[in-house]
Amino acid sequence: MSRRLSNHRVWMLAALIVSGVACEREERRLNEPPPQPPVTFVSQSPLQPGPNVVTDTAEGPFDDNAFGTMQGQQLFTQMNCTGCHANGGGAMGPPLMDDEWIYGSNPNQIFASIAEGRANGMPSWKYKLTNEQIWQLVAYVRSLSGLTPKGARPSRDDHMMVKPAPSQTPNAKPKNTGLPGSSQRP
Amino acid sequence: MTAHGTSLPAETTLGTVALEQDAAALDEVWRDRPGFWGWLTAVDHKVIGKRYLITTFLMFLAGGIEAALMRTQLARPENTFLGPDKYNQLFTTHGTTMMFLFAVPMMNAMGIYFVPLMVGARSIAFPRLNAFGYWNYVVAVVFLYVSLFANTAPDAGWFAYVPLSGPAYSPGHRVDVWAQVVTFTEIAALVAAVNIIVTTFKMRAPGMSLNRIPLFVWAQLVVSFMIVFAMPSVAVGSTLMLAMDRAVNTHWFNYTEGGDVLLWQHIFWFFGHPEVYIIFLPALGFITPIVETFSRRKVFGYTALVMSNITTAFFAFGLWVHHMFATPIPELGQSLFTAASMLIAIPTAVQIFCWIATMWAGRLRFTTAILFILGFMFTFVNGGITGVMLASVAFDKQAHDTFFVVAHLHYVLLGGAVMPLFGAFYYWFPKITGRMLSETLGKWNFWLFVIGVNVTFFPMHILGLNGMPRRVYTYLAATGWGPLNLLATIGAVTIATSVLVFVINAISSWRSGEPAGEDPWGSSGLEWATSSPAPSYNFLHTPLVTSRHPLWDTTVEQPVVTGLATDHREVLITTAFDARPDARHEHPTGSIWPFYLALCMGVVFIGSIFSPYFVLGGLGLSMLGLFGWGWQGSRATGPEIVATPKSITEGI
Amino acid sequence: MHSFFNPTSPQARAVAHLWWWMLGVGGVIWIGVAAIAVYAALANGGHRESDDLQHVSPDTHSRMERVVGVAGFATVLVLVGFLIYDFAVGRALAQHPQRGLTIQITGQQWWWEVEYESPDPSQRLVTANEIHIPVGEPVQFKLRAADVIHSFWAPNLNGKRDLIPGYMSTIWFKADTAGVYRGQCAEFCGLQHAKMAFYIVADPRPKFNAWYAASSQPHQTPTDSTLLYGQRVFMTSGCAVCHTISGTQAQSNVGPSLSHLESRSTIAAGTLANNHANLMGWIVNPQAIKPGTRMPAIPLEPNQLTALVAYLESLK
Repeated sequence: MSRRLSNHRVWMLAALIVSGVACEREERRLNEPPPQPPVTFVSQSPLQPGPNVVTDTAEGPFDDNAFGTMQGQQLFTQMNCTGCHANGGGAMGPPLMDDEWIYGSNPNQIFASIAEGRANGMPSWKYKLTNEQIWQLVAYVRSLSGLTPKGARPSRDDHMMVKPAPSQTPNAKPKNTGLPGSSQRP
Repeated sequence: MTAHGTSLPAETTLGTVALEQDAAALDEVWRDRPGFWGWLTAVDHKVIGKRYLITTFLMFLAGGIEAALMRTQLARPENTFLGPDKYNQLFTTHGTTMMFLFAVPMMNAMGIYFVPLMVGARSIAFPRLNAFGYWNYVVAVVFLYVSLFANTAPDAGWFAYVPLSGPAYSPGHRVDVWAQVVTFTEIAALVAAVNIIVTTFKMRAPGMSLNRIPLFVWAQLVVSFMIVFAMPSVAVGSTLMLAMDRAVNTHWFNYTEGGDVLLWQHIFWFFGHPEVYIIFLPALGFITPIVETFSRRKVFGYTALVMSNITTAFFAFGLWVHHMFATPIPELGQSLFTAASMLIAIPTAVQIFCWIATMWAGRLRFTTAILFILGFMFTFVNGGITGVMLASVAFDKQAHDTFFVVAHLHYVLLGGAVMPLFGAFYYWFPKITGRMLSETLGKWNFWLFVIGVNVTFFPMHILGLNGMPRRVYTYLAATGWGPLNLLATIGAVTIATSVLVFVINAISSWRSGEPAGEDPWGSSGLEWATSSPAPSYNFLHTPLVTSRHPLWDTTVEQPVVTGLATDHREVLITTAFDARPDARHEHPTGSIWPFYLALCMGVVFIGSIFSPYFVLGGLGLSMLGLFGWGWQGSRATGPEIVATPKSITEGI
Repeated sequence: MHSFFNPTSPQARAVAHLWWWMLGVGGVIWIGVAAIAVYAALANGGHRESDDLQHVSPDTHSRMERVVGVAGFATVLVLVGFLIYDFAVGRALAQHPQRGLTIQITGQQWWWEVEYESPDPSQRLVTANEIHIPVGEPVQFKLRAADVIHSFWAPNLNGKRDLIPGYMSTIWFKADTAGVYRGQCAEFCGLQHAKMAFYIVADPRPKFNAWYAASSQPHQTPTDSTLLYGQRVFMTSGCAVCHTISGTQAQSNVGPSLSHLESRSTIAAGTLANNHANLMGWIVNPQAIKPGTRMPAIPLEPNQLTALVAYLESLK
């Protein structure tokens, strides 16, 4: 009897683990308090006031969330990001699916790039999109170069096939970790 | 001629040549090994069939609980019991469970358990394959329900229409789960179908020519052929095209790259409509023996019933487009499918007329089983008439995708499949367990069920025509749909109570029901010619069949054939048409490899969601299983086959 | 207001007639089968003296064969009758009018874009979720889908037609009576399938023309300071990124057009009555009303919200 009981416990534990792992990725976050913007600043120079800023490597709130990443994918088209970045391959703006990151590849840095805008043409979106939407874009942009967990990245969308889907992009190691000025715009 | 007595001792019905040593030797050879290992390696069709029946019934309960949750959500307007996300997962899981994990496998399970008994065979044709099919099905069950609790249950409907189910609008792995659950159930259904076809054609008792096959077996045979033609369609659609679109970015359904959205609907419904008849025809097969037994009369119109079965199966493949009348399909084409959809009502009507005629000329005994059959007639005819209405393109464009269709399909499936199934449970439960189900609880079960079904689903006709679409997680108070929805929810509670009564009845009767004896109802089929439950070898001596109703037409003793080996598993192969003895065949023993191979399939298909390398790895592992499966020595056959009594031999 | 039982177009009426006939005949058949089954069950049933098998004389048997044969033949006749009637109705519905108002409907998750076609591009009119049509004139709808499959269905006026990505389909009808008819998406289209409704407003031609003319007017920049502030909030807080207000800089078609919002009776695709409190509640947290909708909750200060709603309410 006691052995049977412990069997039950094992099963319940396994079920809990499975749900814990999958819940996050599959969750449809529909009516939740919106995530906060990161505490960060836009830096244009390697010189900073005070001690060195530790690069924050935390993942974005939607990085491991398939639904949020998909919302980001739709926003990417709807907000006409393609106008400059094409489908991620770059045009007037820099490409987003390679391993070069002018302003850093960390979620906070990408958030800042979108929210605050960057020199040479990237507009600021913080008065046009909500924090939640910007975080969703962050997740999608990071998925383009294979920076988010593979299971959460989108597959192809219903458009012309112009690039491999993020789900097929190999996991990337970004070359430049976002120290300002460490890379020139190509 | 003569009545068949219920109290005749086994020796007489089986033939006087029966020897106790034979029975012991046969049991030693045929029974599955004991213990946990024996449990995993079991191949006896009755053991697998019983497991199938219990698992599929659990799935019926699970699907029912999901339905109850949905009805709770819809009981009043703008309810917040379930959000849209949970509701979509639940209605998809409900549909997938009921269609793929309950209805089809349940009907297969009945076939797996009873077809060999009804044709007088020692076992099913491919017992290891049979076990393999069951374990595949178990993988699907576990996979879907783990997903449900992990918030990864599919949420694009059991029909998974693209593009909603495609990669662009269903992120994550939810729809992948659906596609692969369907794959496992396809394998399980195909395996069962092949098994039943071969068992029916090659393993019938000598003398059981095609025109003496019981109608239950005919229905199973016809449906097995339908499975063989229908299942590959959805296998191609879900496993190949949809899963590839989602996992490796093919463009089958991406219209901007030359794919086609409607293609999915054609592929799905080319399977999906026959599916309905795959569920419904076996249920019709249950009805004939029940009506015969309790009318005390041979069924009227055997040939008409068989022909109706076959005609229905043919037509069933010619009307899938009636699920797509709202899509841009040319008028002329739609008319063809309207005609076909109406046509299919004819064979079904003929069958119902035949059963009514049987009852009319017979003398009905009102057991729970026959009550469920009468319930079937009232409920199913209602669903059939709304079905004919829906065949009309003009009307279907109004009713399509509304609660009217929900009402129709539940009338047809609950009335046409589940009610006969309950009837079958009451009728064959004694054969499976050796004990009778309680008739008192049975009557409660029946009346609650009939009332529940009608109270739940009748209002839905009106709701649909008042504009309530299907698959909505809520509705506005201003629509005025509230009261009828509340009524439907009350009906759902009644159905749940009825099923609960059945569960209590089944559990208590299994433990301490009245012992049944081998033929409690005085029936005519061969399955009643052996003990209840049947021994591992089914029949001590293979029976010899001289009519359609062997137990009713046998005057003195059941003629048998002897001579099959008793020291190892040997079965008698007969010819396909006349069932003349043709060959003797060594039958496989229990084996772990079916279980192992099913696990490999699990690695292949579940793994394919995450990485194509799992497919290669899983296939590699399964090679080992295939070698193990095929590794078997050969043995000498038994003595010469002899028919007893001799006089009968000339008759076949 | 939303029912198959109150047809208000020749199309819907023809279908309703067909259905009432089928219901009548089907009902008679059902009662007949049920009565015969009950009679057959009770005729000799219940009072059994023995388990003896029943035997049927050849006479009785051949009589039963005749009865079943006749019943089967009657089934065929009834079905053929239905079939012919259905074909007649179907052919009548399929004949498209050559001329008339043409309206493009684009289904999106989870709202309807409505565009009135006109040979003169300046006369084209884009609106959302509320379709005005003239009474007594055939109106043709061209149906497209922007994302997944939807289905356009106003039961009082005609059957449904799917909106399928990659396909253009058409449906037409003619409203007999002036009135407001509700319709709802009928094909499962995702999280908010349940709250994707639309209204068809059938008006006499002069009233329709007046509505059309008024709706074609571009928005005039307000003079009132609150409204001006509201307009600035609209343009700078993110609303303008998705919505159009004709005559202003807001020209995006991601979300439904808000030009002349105040002329519509509902908001959020037929989900809420269009009044002050609902508009405010919707803007504050759309996700509470339609969880999953693409409209985000935009953080606004109370005075911004008041001004914004005042501005939206001025879009008459």
